Amino acid sequence: MIRTLTTSAAVALSLLAPVAAQAAGEGHVENYEFPFEGPFGSYDQMQLQRGLQIYTQICSSCHGLQYVALRTLADEGGPGWTLDEVRAYIDYQGIEVWDPELFDGEGDFRPATPADRFPPVTGAGAPDLSLMAKARAGFSGPYGTGISQFINGMGGPEYIASLLTGYEDPPSCAPEDFDGYYNTVFTAGGYPAECIDEDGHHMYPGSWIGMAPPLWGEDVDFADGSSNELEEEAKDVAAFLMWTAEPKLNQRKEAGLTGVIFLTVLSVLLYFTNKRLWAPHKKKVKGDTDA
Amino acid sequence: MSDTADHETTRRDFIYYATAGAGAVAAGAAVWPLVNQMNPSADVLALLSIRVDVSAVNPGSQLTVLWQGKPVFIRHRTEAEIEEARTQVEDVSSLPDPSARNENLAQPVEAPATFENRSLPAPEGSEEGEGAWIVQMGVCTHLGCVPLGDSGDFGGWFCPCHGSHYDLSGRIRRGPAPRNLEIPPVAWVDGTTIQIGEESA
Amino acid sequence: MSGIPHDHYEPSTGGEKWLYRRLPIVGLLYDTLMIPTPKNLNWMWIWGIVLTFTLVLQIVTGIVLVMHYVPHVDMAFASIEHIMRDVNGGHMIRYFHMNGASLFFVAVYMHIFRALYYGSYKAPREVTWIIGILMFLIMMGTAFMGYVLPWGQMSFHGTAVITGLFGAIPFIGEGIQTWLLGAGAVGQPALNRFFSLHYLLPFILVGLTAVHIWAFHTTGNNNPTGVEVRRSSKEEAEKDTLPFWPYFVIKDLFALAVILTVFMAIVGFMPNYLGHPDNYIEANPLATPSHIVPEWYFLPFYAILRAFVEGVWVVEIAGWISFGIIDAKFFGVLAMFGAILVMALAPWLDTSSVRSGRYRPMFKWWFALLVIDFIVLMWAGAMPAEEPYATISLIASAYWFGYFLVILPLLGVIEKPMAQPSTIEEDFAAHYAPHTGGTTTAVNPAE
Repeated sequence: MIRTLTTSAAVALSLLAPVAAQAAGEGHVENYEFPFEGPFGSYDQMQLQRGLQIYTQICSSCHGLQYVALRTLADEGGPGWTLDEVRAYIDYQGIEVWDPELFDGEGDFRPATPADRFPPVTGAGAPDLSLMAKARAGFSGPYGTGISQFINGMGGPEYIASLLTGYEDPPSCAPEDFDGYYNTVFTAGGYPAECIDEDGHHMYPGSWIGMAPPLWGEDVDFADGSSNELEEEAKDVAAFLMWTAEPKLNQRKEAGLTGVIFLTVLSVLLYFTNKRLWAPHKKKVKGDTDA
Repeated sequence: MSDTADHETTRRDFIYYATAGAGAVAAGAAVWPLVNQMNPSADVLALLSIRVDVSAVNPGSQLTVLWQGKPVFIRHRTEAEIEEARTQVEDVSSLPDPSARNENLAQPVEAPATFENRSLPAPEGSEEGEGAWIVQMGVCTHLGCVPLGDSGDFGGWFCPCHGSHYDLSGRIRRGPAPRNLEIPPVAWVDGTTIQIGEESA
Repeated sequence: MSGIPHDHYEPSTGGEKWLYRRLPIVGLLYDTLMIPTPKNLNWMWIWGIVLTFTLVLQIVTGIVLVMHYVPHVDMAFASIEHIMRDVNGGHMIRYFHMNGASLFFVAVYMHIFRALYYGSYKAPREVTWIIGILMFLIMMGTAFMGYVLPWGQMSFHGTAVITGLFGAIPFIGEGIQTWLLGAGAVGQPALNRFFSLHYLLPFILVGLTAVHIWAFHTTGNNNPTGVEVRRSSKEEAEKDTLPFWPYFVIKDLFALAVILTVFMAIVGFMPNYLGHPDNYIEANPLATPSHIVPEWYFLPFYAILRAFVEGVWVVEIAGWISFGIIDAKFFGVLAMFGAILVMALAPWLDTSSVRSGRYRPMFKWWFALLVIDFIVLMWAGAMPAEEPYATISLIASAYWFGYFLVILPLLGVIEKPMAQPSTIEEDFAAHYAPHTGGTTTAVNPAE
């Protein structure tokens, strides 16, 4: 009975769902492929290095990574540097951190060590990127049920890559001097009243974002000769930001897989134990013949 | 009981034991992370070793840095100090603590507390003589006070708490302290940078 | 203890007797573990064990997390990231705790709906039921306060909204809200006290669990037929029951292992699926997330809270009768708590003489509708407060109250129940030994 109920409830829900209309003006997030998707997915070290390069050369001028320790660039499953490479990176980039103990407790800047974290960047008013890939969901539907997330993942990195490639010429309805840059994916920005129709719906997807297009394609040159087209760059930096947000993803999936396999075995064993345990009580008939 | 019944019993027992075993493994696997989480975390391990730029430490001065929450004295000796330190003690075995207490030696405790065994070997390509540097924990081996530099009756360190005198090589010479100042793992990274402590794997 | 007659613990060795005279703890454990349990319990009777396990899981992982967490507005968010990045295995422990809350609520909802379908709340099990509802309320409080601790955007603004509910109480509301938060707004005092209570309440749940078990061990378990175990003699009782150990322990453990396999897959492969991305942004009082949604397990009640807005006729009438004291906001709060209160009153609202829904032809359909209703409410609670969701929420909320206040009392009068088996033994035999009589030799190959 309960099983029937559950099924019928699910069916009822799926019938009800089309009643709701999808929120208007929702930006389209492209479902890019990433190597770390799925139960067996893991980070691609080269991709993380490329993403780090883009972050360093472009993003880092405005955005910080304040929860990411520099030493973790040498961690397993990350960009895979050595600690000496991390030190060389700190040196070359001239990364300095605020140390409140220096200068007799008044604090002063000093060169970072691998044990320090990326310094926060506050000047530009841009958000910190450490957790951005987990703080955004690219997918939500259909109809707010979140089922697509179940299939495609939360869509954080997809959202970032889509946003970086989502800049377009503003629609003609917008006034020329409207603040920001038109982006088809970013929905939390300003929106000119001229582009809202009489029903209150946005006529064009996305909104106006404060960040100027950071990537145009061919912004960086990769040592491994990978493509530096806009879309590839966007995916690389999105993958890197997924790593900064979830550095233990590889370990987590390994643990998950081990756990699932082991618990499956345990379930099977318990199934047979339970069956044998109950057999004398459930098969009186057989017991009779044995006697 | 027939043979079939015996087989039946064996098979049943096997299932029971296998299940109990798997259950025990599951419980064990669940307990280990709960224990391991109390071990030092990655940020703590990252501070097991620090690097110190000593290019600004001129001969005759001392730099005190914090390592693992404790002070470390990095002393740059002058030529005269090197000479004095080399000849300060003739018979090491007569010292209150004849042991080198140097973590960097193959036998940290058994090795004698000679000038050479207490000093940091000169970095590669250094123009100064051997014994220009000595690095040791700034923790008195008596009750853990921080000794003062350039003081005491033996030209080295003096602990103001209970009057322990250490010589130019950090060896205890007089006072209640039982041991020479400890020498932590220390090595040159390059000509001007010292690493204290060992990098975690 | 009255109840089903069964063998009790008898100390045999000298040591056992010595202890038994001073502290009969072994006897208590023995009687608890060997309690005669109806042998026809189906797979919906596993959730109690799942809940007990999850309570332990949450307490153990919680204690571990507290070793690394810092309940301070400036450090809470960073300390969670410290756990996720630096603490050995910290990311797994935190994800277990986070998703453990969801497992807890999945299990509790299954447990509650099982009780509602099989009439487990009916006499003589009202006390078990009431304690259960109390535990459910404490669970919700614990989960809510736990959600504040990571100090993300949802933590912060969700707390503001939920404590704001208390502000809707006429006259004293604002005072209560300020008292709860220890300040005019969510901040350090609120974080600190929620941390304290989040640590305390699970242990109260442990105590209530013991009382809950004590209560239904006194009355005996309900079972899918709703027919009571025969208890005139031990021999008769044994025909209807089997001891809890090993029969039901192993059965429950098997179910638990299957559920944990799914749980492990979620923790391992999609640990943030049930969470909200905004909570990975540190709390910022100056910026409210565009769409504040509680965790999924609060959604049905959140939908009821939002369903009763100005203009709905019951709200208008309530306002008119109370001379405006009950406004729409307060009505919503009353409705939300009322939705749980009517559940607590089910033992007295249900007038049917038949306990199990299995033998109630009309009840079945109304109950199915209630389950669907619950899921619809859950979905509507996640939607923005606009049409058509508002109307859907209102209809679904109305059905929730209608089921308990109208349908349950009426059905008992108008429904003609089907024939019930006279004993549990009969029901069990009908399922597992279709050829009773002792002479048939055929073995059911499907078994």
